[in-house]
Amino acid sequence: MVNVLKLATRNLLRYHRRTTLTASLITLGIVAVLMFVALSGSFKALMIGQITDSMLGHLQIHRKGYVASIENLPLNLLIKPGAVPKIDAQLEQMPQLAAWSPRIKFGAMFSNFTETTSIRLNGIDPAREAATCPLLPGRLIDGSVENGLVEQGKLLIPDIIAKGMKVKVGDTVVLVATNQDGSVNGQTFVVQGVLESATGPGGRDAYMHIDDARSLLRLEDASLSEYAVRLNDPAQLPQVMAELNAALGQLLNQQGKPALEVHDWKKLTPFTAIANMIDLLTLFIKVMLVGIVLISIMNVMVMAVYERMREIGTLAAIGTPPRRILGLFVAEGLLLGLAGTVIGTLISLGAVGLLRVYPVYFDFGRQENLQLVPSLAAGDVLFIGVLVTIIAVLASLQPAWKASRMDPITALRAV
Amino acid sequence: MSLVLAAGLEKSYRVGEVTVPAIRGADFTIEPASFVSFVGPSGSGKSTLLNMIGCLDRPSGGRLTVLDTDVATLDRHSAAAFRGKHIGFVFQDFNLVPVLSVYENVEYPLVMVQNWPAAQRRARVLELLEAVGMSDQADKRPDQLSGGQKQRVAVARALVTRARLVLADEPTANLDHATAYRVIELMKKMRDDFGTTFLFSTHDPKIMEAAEVIYTLEDGRIQQGGAHHG
Repeated sequence: MVNVLKLATRNLLRYHRRTTLTASLITLGIVAVLMFVALSGSFKALMIGQITDSMLGHLQIHRKGYVASIENLPLNLLIKPGAVPKIDAQLEQMPQLAAWSPRIKFGAMFSNFTETTSIRLNGIDPAREAATCPLLPGRLIDGSVENGLVEQGKLLIPDIIAKGMKVKVGDTVVLVATNQDGSVNGQTFVVQGVLESATGPGGRDAYMHIDDARSLLRLEDASLSEYAVRLNDPAQLPQVMAELNAALGQLLNQQGKPALEVHDWKKLTPFTAIANMIDLLTLFIKVMLVGIVLISIMNVMVMAVYERMREIGTLAAIGTPPRRILGLFVAEGLLLGLAGTVIGTLISLGAVGLLRVYPVYFDFGRQENLQLVPSLAAGDVLFIGVLVTIIAVLASLQPAWKASRMDPITALRAV
Repeated sequence: MSLVLAAGLEKSYRVGEVTVPAIRGADFTIEPASFVSFVGPSGSGKSTLLNMIGCLDRPSGGRLTVLDTDVATLDRHSAAAFRGKHIGFVFQDFNLVPVLSVYENVEYPLVMVQNWPAAQRRARVLELLEAVGMSDQADKRPDQLSGGQKQRVAVARALVTRARLVLADEPTANLDHATAYRVIELMKKMRDDFGTTFLFSTHDPKIMEAAEVIYTLEDGRIQQGGAHHG
């Protein structure tokens, strides 16, 4: 094996210009794929982190049918008070959970006494919400959360409303909401802070204390719109979902069907479509890499076989077994693929390291100066490396097979 | 016992719809440790005969046994194994592997064909390089050698596996007179030292002179068989 590899290496070096060009092409392909994976992965992780850590949590629990009408924030599909302690008890006993936050979500009219607009509101338990969505306090661009995420009688409003309605921190505003029974109630609140808008559902919501929400909605029981749940390890999401579905599935409604439904963040945000598109692009660029490696190595190996026909004839004549001739040419393809992979991977790792030292910032939607922190998972590097190596071997198989099957007399007569 | 035995040997090729006979009913024997030359004009069938003896080609008819093995029964893989074990080749154009040194070219059959252990390989290669007078050129590449030196290396490569039979197709065609003479002398010495049988196809009068047995071919027939020289 060592001798086969040694001979293959020398044959590659014999045509050093062609070898360099082919290896460079493979290197370029590897760098393109790995950099795309690193950058798109960073973008995806950043956006998913923003969405889960500042708004959605990793999963949410709703009353059955609520998510289908979530755009309307329906008050007639709240989780019933009787289910709340049971859900609390179930969440309490799950060590995989870092935190959870009960919410009441509703729409209201927001008035600065001269103008009125519609607003989406989250009634929250400030401490629980801060633990479930740790990035939420970081979105504060004006005001303070020193005395809790949101104090009673106060509001955190999105900057788009603050700017549009010319409202500042400390201003008094009026919220008017339609209650469950269809009556209307209005209350005044002081603006405690202004939140930077974020991409995704809830990215332009206002926040108030959950007791204020109950008061405004004249909600006298423990009904809730949803639970947002944060996991210690997001990778455990499927197992936690399964466990919760099994446990909460036992809570039945009057029709004898499950009263609750559990959704992960992917089902609750349109960013999932963007994430899927990124995954599709990654797949597409990997297919292109396969094409580059396949064509370039096959081309080089076909040329090598035609140029070295007499040599192949000589090796065959002196008794080299056909499988060893096959091995010689496959080894050349393998080494070409490996050289491109190693160099490409090293360049990519270097570039990723450089991008971490000199970060790249970008704007997305209304969010500005988002920092890309590219990283490459060992699994991705390994997968691309193994893929290229396998394709390199496959690409050299046909020419190598041809060489090994060559009639020695015909090969020896070649010019 | 004869090393090579041919009886009514036939070889023909199909060119389109036409069958072209290359060897017609050849009968001959070749004894161990002999120095045999097949001579004749171009197209007379010398190379075809050598190819069949070397198990590179199969007879169309008749019988050909080499070292008691019926050549016609060998498939591609067993023919390669047979060649690797028993037959050495010396080519008109030397056909050394250009990326290997002199030492590595001679070592090649032991590594890639016969899988000898490294220590035994080294001793054998050095012995052969010494025998052909190329010990001092062991590290050179073929493109750094003269034609005569290349052919010496080729002879060493053919003999390194202790082949019983060496087939040389026009081995002196690309060498000048003096060099050709030295190569023939070397091969004869190798025959004497190692007891190897050398079979040539040639136009070269020097080889004809050196050969102990000459078979003359014309239009695929052996016209004059087994003429013995001094």
